[in-house]
Amino acid sequence: MTLSISLSVNGESLNVPLEDTRTTLLDLLREHIGLTGTKKGCDRGQCGACTVLLDGKRINACLTLAASVDGTDVTTIEGLAQGDTLHPVQAAFIEHDGFQCGYCTTGQIMSAVGLLSEGDAGADPERIREGMSGNICRCAAYPGITAAVLDAERRQSESEGTSV
Amino acid sequence: MNRFDYIRPGSVAEAVAAASEPGAAYLAGGTNLLDLMKIGVAAPDKVIDITRLPGLDRIDWLEDASVRIGAMVRNAELARNTAFSAAFPAISEALLSGASPQLRNAATVGGNLMQETRCAYFQDPLSRCNRRAPGSGCDALEGHNRSHAVLGWTPSCIATHPSDFCVPLAALGAIVEIEGPDGSREIDLAALHELPGSESAGGIALKHGEMITALRLPAEATSFAGHSRYLKLRERTSFAFALVSAAAMLSMEQGTITEARIALGAVAARPWHATDAETFLKGKKAEAEVFAEAAGIALKEASPSGDNAFKITLATRVLTRALTLAAKGTPDRVPALPASVFMSSEGATANA
Amino acid sequence: MPDTLQTPAGHVRLGSNSGQPMTRRDGIAKVTGTATYAADNRPDRLAHAVFASAGIARGRVVSLNVEAAKSHPEVIEVITPDNRPALHLDPDGKSHPFSWRIEALQDNTVRYAGQPIALVVAETLEAATEGARLLAPEYDTDPARIGFENGEAYDPPAVGIGGNPSFSKGDFDTGFSNSEHRIGASVDTPAQYHNAMEPHAIVAEWSGDHLTIDTPNQAIHLARGAFAGYFGIPPENVTLRSPFIGGGFGSKAILVGPQILAIMAARMVDRPVKLVLRRDQMFGPVQHRGATRQKLRIGTDGNGLIKALEHEATASTSSFDDFIEGAGNASLNMYASPAIVARHSAVRVDTGTPGPMRAPGEASGSAALEIAIDKAAEAVGMDPLEFRLRNYAETDPASGKPFSAKSLRECYELAAQKFGWSDRPLAPGQMRDENGMLVGWGMGSALFPAPMFAAQARATLRRDGTALVETSGADMGQGAWTALAQIAADGVGLPVDRIEFMSGTTDQPDAGVAGGSGHTASAGGALFEAGSNAVQKLADLATADPESPLFGAGNTGVEAREGRLFRADDESRSESYADILERAGLERIDAMGSGGRDPANTEARAMFSHGAVFAEVKIDPDLFQIRVSRLIGAFAAGRIINPHLAKSQLTGGMIWGIGFALHEEGIHDLRSGRPLNADLAGYHVPVNADAPHVEALLVDEDDPYVNALGIKGVGEIGITGSVGAIANAVWHATGKRISSYPIHIDALLS
Repeated sequence: MTLSISLSVNGESLNVPLEDTRTTLLDLLREHIGLTGTKKGCDRGQCGACTVLLDGKRINACLTLAASVDGTDVTTIEGLAQGDTLHPVQAAFIEHDGFQCGYCTTGQIMSAVGLLSEGDAGADPERIREGMSGNICRCAAYPGITAAVLDAERRQSESEGTSV
Repeated sequence: MNRFDYIRPGSVAEAVAAASEPGAAYLAGGTNLLDLMKIGVAAPDKVIDITRLPGLDRIDWLEDASVRIGAMVRNAELARNTAFSAAFPAISEALLSGASPQLRNAATVGGNLMQETRCAYFQDPLSRCNRRAPGSGCDALEGHNRSHAVLGWTPSCIATHPSDFCVPLAALGAIVEIEGPDGSREIDLAALHELPGSESAGGIALKHGEMITALRLPAEATSFAGHSRYLKLRERTSFAFALVSAAAMLSMEQGTITEARIALGAVAARPWHATDAETFLKGKKAEAEVFAEAAGIALKEASPSGDNAFKITLATRVLTRALTLAAKGTPDRVPALPASVFMSSEGATANA
Repeated sequence: MPDTLQTPAGHVRLGSNSGQPMTRRDGIAKVTGTATYAADNRPDRLAHAVFASAGIARGRVVSLNVEAAKSHPEVIEVITPDNRPALHLDPDGKSHPFSWRIEALQDNTVRYAGQPIALVVAETLEAATEGARLLAPEYDTDPARIGFENGEAYDPPAVGIGGNPSFSKGDFDTGFSNSEHRIGASVDTPAQYHNAMEPHAIVAEWSGDHLTIDTPNQAIHLARGAFAGYFGIPPENVTLRSPFIGGGFGSKAILVGPQILAIMAARMVDRPVKLVLRRDQMFGPVQHRGATRQKLRIGTDGNGLIKALEHEATASTSSFDDFIEGAGNASLNMYASPAIVARHSAVRVDTGTPGPMRAPGEASGSAALEIAIDKAAEAVGMDPLEFRLRNYAETDPASGKPFSAKSLRECYELAAQKFGWSDRPLAPGQMRDENGMLVGWGMGSALFPAPMFAAQARATLRRDGTALVETSGADMGQGAWTALAQIAADGVGLPVDRIEFMSGTTDQPDAGVAGGSGHTASAGGALFEAGSNAVQKLADLATADPESPLFGAGNTGVEAREGRLFRADDESRSESYADILERAGLERIDAMGSGGRDPANTEARAMFSHGAVFAEVKIDPDLFQIRVSRLIGAFAAGRIINPHLAKSQLTGGMIWGIGFALHEEGIHDLRSGRPLNADLAGYHVPVNADAPHVEALLVDEDDPYVNALGIKGVGEIGITGSVGAIANAVWHATGKRISSYPIHIDALLS
């Protein structure tokens, strides 16, 4: 069965022929569109390495059929920085050493962006840890990840002029 | 994964017609079905994507003060809905203690009800499993079974139902709305997950082609909002299935329990609604001995299905604790670690 | 400790770049998704390969439905033992100590569940995956031998890689029987799986007799030679690229069967082939930490002085190869005792062959030793820290040699003070938090050897005032690219932003193995020496050139700094590298360097990193769920090149300690031999919420003997000490001594 889907990826409208209905959003991004920044760690929704934003919400791209994202808006790690200017979460990950091998990092960052937009965690480190627990880091860079997300949250709320 | 046709129907009627064909399966959030397809446990040749069906993504408060939740409402959306979480805080807490934020953003209400057991033998197509392959036998019975059922099991199947969400739902008497080739019907949530029998392994009580369209909670279910908790014991602080869990919801007047709603999770092939314990609690003082006695009643019929007698002790204690916490009152906000025994509202900030 | 270090030639100093807490050089690539891991490569005409995994643990494959697989759309080829091309080397052979016997479809034998039994190549990943499933193998099955009771016991000739399986000094029996206090401890550890976030992956492409492979590897040149050997081509015909490694932890140091299969397939279909393991396939052919059963006995006198220490360990290995977790040897170098015995036995089971996994031997051994030490302290009625200080080893207990440097006392002091250890009640079960949780405090001592490997590097000073430095180093997250570039910059006397650092492929000189916590020392030493040698050549040019302001200064009278050479006796006389090269009419000047250690020091000294870890656990008093609420360690590991990254390595290791103590456990069905939790939902590793407060402190240490740069390693020591500290904290909270890891709720409930 051959389908054709249209979707927006990082703001760019794409029409993609889909020759195999089995293709997941993750494999679509990596093997068809060539956006390999999104990683495959477990392919079963158990590690979070493939986290992307689907219509603004963080999801696991590995458990999403490509066919079912027809008409949606997908943001991947490649769409986060504005040119050479890093997204505040990206910058904070570097500054606080929120990664080691880097493999889970793009998923961590997309998850953190999703977490901040959900707005539930605020500046509570315990809520950030819980909210980031869907992203496994085998290098265990968790102290740096938590610090980076807290820092990005702080910068975000300062720039919005709100206090949390 | 085998090749399959992908069908996105425009209406519930179209969906039911498509799914009634042999080999068809409904696809919602995909977090369970796609996983089962990847490991070779599910192999539909037609996948009916129902996520875009109109009208199934709504939360409606009905005139009789009951609430109707569309089957395609996402877990996270429901948990965060202000009116819903105020009325059913234990359900929100249960939802937020399940899986990961990413999975909760994708997983649907209907899909959560349809969730399959996590028994390792069910998930391994090379093992014998009556639930997956009726009549083949049960490799869990003499296998690694420390997390298996202690209630409602038979030698046919000792698997447990893994859902957190369904535990408070079962306690609150949720009703499941179903559309199928023979029309509409509704059943109690308790009847959706069939226990194993002497021959059958149990399973989900839907006929081929039937789909869940909505879930309803009766009006009286909102009367427990002030004393509602879900407590989930697990072997990792977060992102883990329950070893044992309990939902405890009380209606209280001056320290006396007027009504109780109780269910246990991860102890049986269905969320275990403990009606005898509820009856026992009615009119009793909210105090430790009473809760312990109620928990004992809830587990009265329990027996180990393998190397898991400890789960009976644990379940008794988890329920006692959940009742104790419920009696203290629902917290203003879902705790930082939802449903965790580690309740501290503030985290250590060493790394912050 | 001196903040600079001079090479014998005296031109360059370590300290301008080294020691600075720089952020990672590859940071931007990693946070933007542009860092390219092996599976990210998509060459033209790429085909995808998936191997079929054995569903039994022992026996023979008697049939495969090749027809079904081949008739699946998009399937290109199915490779089985029947049509597999010959290899130049026997996969069951062992050509050197770092080679494992591998499964490369040599026959129809099944030696463990998850073993590759066929390979399907297809146009798409989806088709290859389904093709492998359609093979539907049938077996002639022999009973699986899983678990210590069912395996075949034997006496291993070695533990780890070439380690001694037994050790004895003094008279244990007499020492123990004469002891006033005698304790015993039995501790089991389960099979554990590395589970790097990046599954093993390879993209292989042939061009005639030249092979290009993208695959994560911790020992690039060693792997190049091994790959070349299997395919009968000279090593220089193999280009191996491993710029980014998505976590290794030991599992990507040694060549594994699936890599050979992908290369074989690429040759058969004459196209580039990509093979990426599924997560469940990470529980078979790519090594694991073998299970252990350990027994310890300790005797002390009335004052708590250890008189006899015995550590016996049985470890599991596969039915067809040997890697024995050298757990007992963890007791040889930590605590002083006049009598020490360590002994190992082994059991063959039907699993894949174990291999080195982060702190092999030391992690498992220390997890047991630290429990035994705590029990001994309890028997004497002494504070666990005081007991450890009482038995502090001033010289290496096993060899009697002096330590090259040992700052464990300072580690104890710093971490204990930060933790607040002095407030600890001696008896267990005394502390509760504000929510009624049981609170326990425990500690453990950490130790890891400081090995070095042969390593080479090249430094090239260029006329534009920059330098190119090259070594085939492997960055698997430890921060090698950053730390090595810092050392290299000091070596050439330039700021780090003026060097081009090239690493991660076989195009660079051999940096040795990124393993054993010895990479920074080995490759760093080579880089520093290469830079120093290049600067020396430059100095020779300048001081011999009458037009140079440095003319006549003589070699030892010149110092390099910020891209200039200065006369040591007259700072006003200097010249830039660029000017020297320009006048000499040279575009560049280069030199090689090699890392290593003075063999006389190796003979004379015992060399280890040390540390102390303090754990606080909170435990529900009725439900017994455990959380490590604080984990604080202090470590002394010689010169720290980048404290920012070193702390990350150490806290990462400590969190591995949390996983070892509370989570990680590979479970096999005893009947089928199949793993029951071969995924990340079933095989728990710590998540963010498991690590609320983990802190690593660094103790300054000047080690003049370990190597020219004074560097030890920090990659593995973090896990040692931490595991035992957590187990001891659990005892302190509950009064229960645990006898097996991970510590389950039911173990505390009973």
